[in-house]
Amino acid sequence: MDANQFIVMNGKELVFEPGETILDVARRNGIDIPTLCYLKGASPTGACRICLVEVEGARNLVASCATPAAANMVVRTESPRIREARRLNLELLLASGRHNCLVQEMDLESWADFQLKAMKGQDGGELCPAYGECRLQELAVKYQARPKGLPPTDTVYPVEDVNPFIVRDFSRCILCGRCVQACNEIQVNNAISYGYRGAQSKIVAKGDLPLVNSDCVFCGECVQACPVGALVPKADYGTGRLPLEARKVRTTCPYCGVGCQIRLHVDDGKIVRVTGVQEVGPNYGSLCVKGRFGHDFVNHPDRLKKPLIKDGDRFREATWDEALDLVARRLGEIKEQAGPDALGLFTSARITNEENYLAQKFARAVLGTNNVDHCARL
Amino acid sequence: MTNPIKDIEKARVILITGSNTTENHPVLSSYVKRAVTRYGAKLIVADPRKIRIVRFADIWLRQNLGTDVAWINGMMHVIIREGLYDEEYVNTRTVGLEDLKKTVEKYTPEYVEKITGIPADQLTEAARMYAGAEAASILYAMGITQHISGTDNVKSLANLAMLCGNVGVEGGGVNPLRGQNNVQGACDMGGLPNVYTGYQKVDDLAANTRMAKAWGVKDLPGKPGLTATEMIQKAHEGELKALYIIGENPMVSDPDLNHAEKSLRNLEFLVVQDIFLTETAREADVVLPSVSYAEKDGTFTNTERKVQRVRKALDPPGEARQDWRIIAEISTRMGYAMEYESPEAVMEEIAELTPSYCGIHYDRLETDGIHWPCTGSDHPGTPCLHMDRFTCGLGVFHAIEYREPDELPDGEYPLFLTTGRVMYQYHTGTMTMKSDGLNELAPRCFLEISPQDASRYRLEDGDRVKVASRRGEIEVRAKISEKAVEGTVFLPFHYAAAAANRLTNAALDPTAKIPEYKVCAVRIEKG
Repeated sequence: MDANQFIVMNGKELVFEPGETILDVARRNGIDIPTLCYLKGASPTGACRICLVEVEGARNLVASCATPAAANMVVRTESPRIREARRLNLELLLASGRHNCLVQEMDLESWADFQLKAMKGQDGGELCPAYGECRLQELAVKYQARPKGLPPTDTVYPVEDVNPFIVRDFSRCILCGRCVQACNEIQVNNAISYGYRGAQSKIVAKGDLPLVNSDCVFCGECVQACPVGALVPKADYGTGRLPLEARKVRTTCPYCGVGCQIRLHVDDGKIVRVTGVQEVGPNYGSLCVKGRFGHDFVNHPDRLKKPLIKDGDRFREATWDEALDLVARRLGEIKEQAGPDALGLFTSARITNEENYLAQKFARAVLGTNNVDHCARL
Repeated sequence: MTNPIKDIEKARVILITGSNTTENHPVLSSYVKRAVTRYGAKLIVADPRKIRIVRFADIWLRQNLGTDVAWINGMMHVIIREGLYDEEYVNTRTVGLEDLKKTVEKYTPEYVEKITGIPADQLTEAARMYAGAEAASILYAMGITQHISGTDNVKSLANLAMLCGNVGVEGGGVNPLRGQNNVQGACDMGGLPNVYTGYQKVDDLAANTRMAKAWGVKDLPGKPGLTATEMIQKAHEGELKALYIIGENPMVSDPDLNHAEKSLRNLEFLVVQDIFLTETAREADVVLPSVSYAEKDGTFTNTERKVQRVRKALDPPGEARQDWRIIAEISTRMGYAMEYESPEAVMEEIAELTPSYCGIHYDRLETDGIHWPCTGSDHPGTPCLHMDRFTCGLGVFHAIEYREPDELPDGEYPLFLTTGRVMYQYHTGTMTMKSDGLNELAPRCFLEISPQDASRYRLEDGDRVKVASRRGEIEVRAKISEKAVEGTVFLPFHYAAAAANRLTNAALDPTAKIPEYKVCAVRIEKG
């Protein structure tokens, strides 16, 4: 067996597996290298140059996400030179579009302070929909990036919102390419790619058409991957609500049998956004159109709110006691008169295990019948 | 699924059949697509429609509706004839190969071509591809099961997988893709007429006695009960007099809806417990408002047998109540006290009574779920089944002959109809049709028809068209599509206003009692 191979990172010897990048080794060992364009599970692009590190013997700083670890490589992940390079790259990104999120004027040391301040509300001005949960903003605070000397870029694209779910605002796009990676390498829907060249570079769908006219299936993987405010769920656009105000509850998607792990973002008693849980399977952050955008039914006004009893051919509202008494009495009577097998129960693939268990227990132990089934076959 | 979803990326060959994976299991389909594009797996798709996943396939086998046993037997014929099967695996882990050999002998690729329409050389190529893989995974869904030969189809796929040593290996397996969030859990929990939790049989005396004792009742019925489709039939005949329906909508999902409608109206008493006034709830004598997934605590079990937490994020609207509380309250009123503190307390009872869920406790499910069987509090769960041996000892080959579907096209009803879902809607639409966005992308029912058939019937895209079977008639818009193959049309079944299930055939698989939704004969007429 070959001896383990090492690299030296910040003075420590670390084992690496063939094929691992510098970033992989760092992450595995709990060493923090900031990233922006890097998307887990996709091939690295090295586009943003935030994850720069020093490698002994290399003339320039290298992108750790795209550089394979090599035997005896000596790496430093923090130094004044590195900080300065990251800061400069962030300033260039901030100057590249509409990133008027006050980062430039605020004199704050930590991201947590900034988020606390953001929670307290803003004084006037249009708020970026990613405000307070923007990766670029977070890094700008951390690295004190202030693009004062750089002229703002004047290409302003109109906002595209001619589909039900995703708002695209290219004036806030930093061309990190995470959405392209998410679409092509994670979901493999191949709906978007880089288009045009140089300063005209832009993410395009099918020859620069609106998403609704492309191969896009609105899974929203790109929205979740977008580190800035360029791709935003339409339901959350223009509401003035800050994404970080929502409470997040982890649960399991109610649609197909894959059982994707989701986070419900809840604000004011409503689901305002749904994101995929990155850390665990089966979905590792991915969702489909229904799982990400199809939760309107929960807060729908047609939800049943009171028990109903049929009087003649119309329903009237009833109290729970009246309805439950009636159900218990009628089921009891029919069991008495016609025997337990004149009763049946359809339990459900929609309800929980615990509820299914009680439903079949009720049918068998209380109604006295095995006539219990659900729509597994339908 | 015998194997976890993650395993799909380890397969060298993937065979998908009867699953429109990209539309019905989109996130799972991305595992397949990555297996192909990133890890170089080969993909065989056997489906009557040229569905989207075919874009990623090396081979698309286009079978006539309801001829699955024939092409699967045909693949096995080639594999046996050419000696491509896994002899060691078959010798040590299975029984019944001789019978299988005898049965598949006549299923030459040429014979199979006559039945299925799949060109003989394509079938041979697919057989060689599947058998040649170190690990090959089979994925299937309702396109395999919703036939009068549904059980035979599944057994045939199991035969194929065992023949090539693909059960009990990483990246292999026979993997049904469940269509509903907790259909696996509903089955595991005994929401079936013949079993208690963990598939303990109601007519097994030991299990029956154990349950009766645990539940504190003198005795429990020992004879398997009726399936859902049989209950509807018995209601029609007047033998079933009361029905308690929780969260299901048979008035849209049942085959032969006209019949289902009459059956429900024939009941003396119908209770429906749901979150909306569904088509079925409208027929009820009493409607009990329950809560959605976002308003409850509990667990769902996914298609890979992974038990995962559901957590309450919102308060229920109005007076809506937790399903478990409603059931417990009716039970208590009927003289059987059901008192639980919480869903967690119910799970503790399930774990006590169910060997495969024995180690499932909420405190273990905090960060990630657990695959059953999980037989103790320190058992890690079982992502992959049948690893060293089959759960029941040796794997048994079932020699199966092809049988025709119950209804075939004829002079009067000349076209095949098959049904399914579209990506933007879900089942009977109770949930998805409350979303303006989803409705915008999939607003109404349509008849998917091939360009050839469209020109024969002089149909333009968007034309009104009447579709009729022996059981009913609906009117929809035509959608001319390359997905459809000449002679076969497709309808999504979500839409109550133009319900595909007014047309479908209620003929049942004799074992599974599953209706043949995927095949019937229709005629069409410009509306």
